[in-house]
This record gives sequence, C-alpha cells and structure tokens, in this order.
Amino acid sequence: MTPSLEARGLTKRFGSFTALDHLDLKVDGSKCVGFLGPNGAGKTTTLKMFTDLIFPSEGEAFINDISVQRHRKTALASCGALIESPEIYGSLTPREALELVGAVRGMARAEVRSRTDEVLAQVKMSEWADQKFGRFSKGMKQRVNIASTLLSDPLVVMLDEPSTGLDPRGMAEVRSIIRDLKGQGRLIFFSSHILSEVVDVCDEVALVNRGKLLFYDTLANVTARFTHGATSVDAEFLSPVSDSDVTARIATIPGVTGWSRLDDRRLSVMVDGGPAARATVLEQIAALRLGLVGFHESRSALEDIYLREISTGDS
Amino acid sequence: MTLSSEPGPAGPAQLGRVPESAMQALLMSRYQFRDYLRSQRFLLMLSIVGIIAAILSAVVLHYRPSGLIDSSTSFYGNLWVEGAGVLIVFAGIIFGGDAIAGEFQNKTGYFLMGLPIKRWSVYAGKYLAAFLASLLTILVYFVYLVLFAAYFMGARAISGPLFESLGLAVLYLSALLGFVFLFSSLFKSSLYAVLVVAVLFLFGFSIIQALVVGLVHIEPWFLLSYASNLTNSVMAYPFVGVPPHMVTDPITGNTSYNPSYAEGIAIIVGYFLWTTIGGLLLFEREEFT
Repeated sequence: MTPSLEARGLTKRFGSFTALDHLDLKVDGSKCVGFLGPNGAGKTTTLKMFTDLIFPSEGEAFINDISVQRHRKTALASCGALIESPEIYGSLTPREALELVGAVRGMARAEVRSRTDEVLAQVKMSEWADQKFGRFSKGMKQRVNIASTLLSDPLVVMLDEPSTGLDPRGMAEVRSIIRDLKGQGRLIFFSSHILSEVVDVCDEVALVNRGKLLFYDTLANVTARFTHGATSVDAEFLSPVSDSDVTARIATIPGVTGWSRLDDRRLSVMVDGGPAARATVLEQIAALRLGLVGFHESRSALEDIYLREISTGDS
Repeated sequence: MTLSSEPGPAGPAQLGRVPESAMQALLMSRYQFRDYLRSQRFLLMLSIVGIIAAILSAVVLHYRPSGLIDSSTSFYGNLWVEGAGVLIVFAGIIFGGDAIAGEFQNKTGYFLMGLPIKRWSVYAGKYLAAFLASLLTILVYFVYLVLFAAYFMGARAISGPLFESLGLAVLYLSALLGFVFLFSSLFKSSLYAVLVVAVLFLFGFSIIQALVVGLVHIEPWFLLSYASNLTNSVMAYPFVGVPPHMVTDPITGNTSYNPSYAEGIAIIVGYFLWTTIGGLLLFEREEFT
C-alpha cells in the first residue's frame, strides 16, 4: 500500500478570515515532505483538518484515500499525528499513556509493551518511563508525544513543528528520528518554519502563505528553479576591507556575480555555481591576502526562496 | 498539486483491528478513572466526606438528639438526604466540571483526538469515569452513615427505603453529571463550567424554585433539584405514606409541591437524556482551534 495524504479544495474560514483557501495537494509514497510557511500561513490549520480536530468550511482531507471527515476512525487508524504540543494527564506515566494509545489503536498487549520500550528509547525517555507527567518539562513531554505518534508504527506520520520546546540536542534527535523513519516505507508530512530542519530531512517541500499553496516540488527542483544555480556566501576579514579593494579584486574573480557589504569587515558575495565554484572563489579570495578569516553560505537557497516567495505573496 | 512518486517499499507492519467504539469508551473510562483516583480532586472529595462525617459524628454523639437517633427515617432523612444532596453536587463539579472543557483548556484533547477514536467514545468514557469516581465517594458517605446508624439502632439501621433512596440518589447523580458535562462542553474554560454549575445547583435552582412556587404558583417540574426531593420523600413512604403532591398552608396560603414517584423519575431521566445528548452534540461540533 502506498501511503498518501490528499487535500481536495480544503478551505477553512474563521468568520471573515480565511485561514486556508482551497488547498489542493496530494503527497504519496515513502518520503518526507516539509510543509513550510510563516506563522498564520495555514500549516497547523491544514494538519488539524487532516486529524479532524477542526472541520473544513469546504473540501475534504484524505489519508490513504479515506476521507477523514466521513470515516474519521478508519482514516486515522494508519496515521500517527502530533499536532501542536499536546498535554497528557498529569497523573499518568509515559508507559501508561502509551498503553492507552496502544489500547485505543487495538494493538496487542505484548506488542504495546515491546513497542513502548522501543519508542521511549528512541526519544531518550526510557529512564522516565514510570515517572508521572506532572513533573516533566515541556521538552520531555514533547519527546513522549513523539513516541506516542510512532507507537503503532503508522504508515503516515504527521508532525506539526515537532521540535517545539526542545533544546538543540533534542532538535537534532528529532531530525535523526525522522531520517530513520524515512527509510521504512512511511510518508512523513511535517510542518515547520525551521528551514535548516526541512533541508536536512525532507525530500519535498510545499510552501503555504496566507492560506494558499505557493508551490510543491522536490527540494532539488525548487532550489534549481528559483536560484538559477547562484548562492550567496558571507566572507569575513580580519580588518576592514575597502570598497575599492572589493570592486577591483573580489568582484572581478570569475564566478562572482555580485556583492553587498554586511559591515566593514564582512561581505555577502554572490557566487554562480555549486560547491566547486564556491571552492574556487574561496581559494582566490584567500590568495588576495586580505586577511580572510571566514567563508560560509550566508543563507540556504531554501531560505532565499522562502523569503522571496513570502514577501511576494505579502505584497 | 501532485508529484508523481514511486510507491514505498513493503511499509511498516499494519495494526490489528481498531476496537469497537463502545470498547474504546470503556478503555477511556479505565484510564480516566485511574487519573481521578490518583488526583488531588479525589483526595479533596474524600476530605469533604471525612469532614462532614467527623462533624456529624461529634455533634450527634455529644448531644444525642433523641428525635434523630431513635428513628431511621429521621436519621437518614436528615443526615443521608441532606448530606448526599450536597456531596452529589460537589462530586459532579469536582469530577465533571472540567472533564470536557479541560480537554480544550489543558490541550489534553490534542493527545486523544488525533487517535482513531470517535468523539462520543471519549465523551462516554469520561462520563463513566466521572460517574464511578463520584459514586465511590457517595458510597463512602453512605457506608459511614449506615455504620453510624447501626451504632444507635442496630439492625433497624438498614431498611428497604434506604436502598431505594440510594438508588434514586445515584439516578440523580447521573442526571446532574449529564448537566455538568453539558456545561463543560459548552465552555472551553473549566472555570466557567465549574462556576455556572456550582452557582446553579448550590443557589440558583433553589432561588428559582422558591420564586416559581411563591410568585407564579406553579409546580417547578422543570427543575432537576425539585425532582431530587424524591430521595427524601421515599424514605418516608413506609412510615407516613406518600406525601401529597400539593400542600397549601391554611394560615399563610403558601403552597408547596412534592414530586410523585413517577414524576420525579421522569424528570431525572429526562434531564439525563437531554443534557447528555446536548453535551455530546456540542462536543461533536466543538473545534480544537
């Protein structure tokens, strides 16, 4: 069975405000799809309609070709979802909470027990398995929420900003978990506005803004289509570099298509080409002996695209 | 928008069948009941029962009022009916007040409602758990009173009408919880739900009943609190007979009403049905925005 998620004309209005405007999107197959957009773009609204937490004003959401609105229970049976940052009853322990999830999903007791141990280990919560939730930090609760999402080994995994509340190590662990899940025949659909996270784990991206889908494509296609191969890199120098030096010596290096000043010691340089072109430009700037101390990609290509598309949509 | 895609590999192991909704409701009630038993609210309810029992014991043992300790009708009519009436309201508020509103306010609903479970299963499971937790505390009070009565009256402490009254009190509890769940579904704030129900049952309905009977001179058949008088009336049936439906004081001209057995039960069952269905419909339509 090929896992799939599909929105057909999915629309949500809150009074006169349209949070999501006729979203038509189908994602299927074993892959990870990043659902991007600024705050208020309609990401969480979409995911809530996929889990029947809110109801569409128009349209329908499908999980594995089953309508969530018409057959909620069947549709959600093969889906694990983490929406916002749920709370779990304070007097339960993670093990009991996962037992409840397993029982509601119809898992056998032995399977629940073994999977509970597995997923709690996966989210590094084994040693807290029998402590009550009331004592947990936000990050610890979020780890258990992720564990509950994975407990039933679902075909479709929906994650709404799963890194919320986690420290940097926790965020890295979430990325690692998602990468592990990718290779196991699942469809992972997760919303985020942390672009580095999306670049790190996603195969495809869909961008929404103001309730409308701006594009949906593979990460490679998006990058190629919108950047035309150029990237922006920041160069940092030990001492101030004059405009005349930059114009005469850096801007003339083959592959450099433009520059702008960040401050007196830092420049943003546009380089045409991929990593090889950047390596050549770096070597040549270093050879100028201007005191180069740092050279790194200023923003990811996706970030450039994101900001450009969002600002276009806003205007 | 669609991207063509290769199907995934074999895919994760698929689950067994998701249980029937009724079974899921029972599962929900089991975990919710466990949550109640471990919570401070259960201790709070037991404390309330304990305080009431301690005060009653001290006062009755010290003054030994003969009118009370010689007659099981009088004993239970005063201590059981009045005490249980208050305890049922407290239990309903404490266990049911935030049962549904809390799912929205505390965001626990996001944990449950993303699962393959129908909303009515969650509602029914939570109702059942609140009912059992409330019943447990009422039974603690009941057992205390029976033991206390037995201390004075021996075997006479146990009578058929007492258990009939207990049954009616349990029926009243089910309707009151339906009412509490209705308001809990209506508000996304636990505080509002608890406040409205507390005000209505502790003061509001009594005031309405007094106004309706005193000023408009009609029977307050539409009030659940009026029907709950049956738990008291039933205690007197074997001794003084069924109280008259309407009594007019010849001196003051004031009229008072007593619900008949069938009428009282009909009001309680009616309340249970409309509040439970109403609350469920509200919960079904409520969005986790």
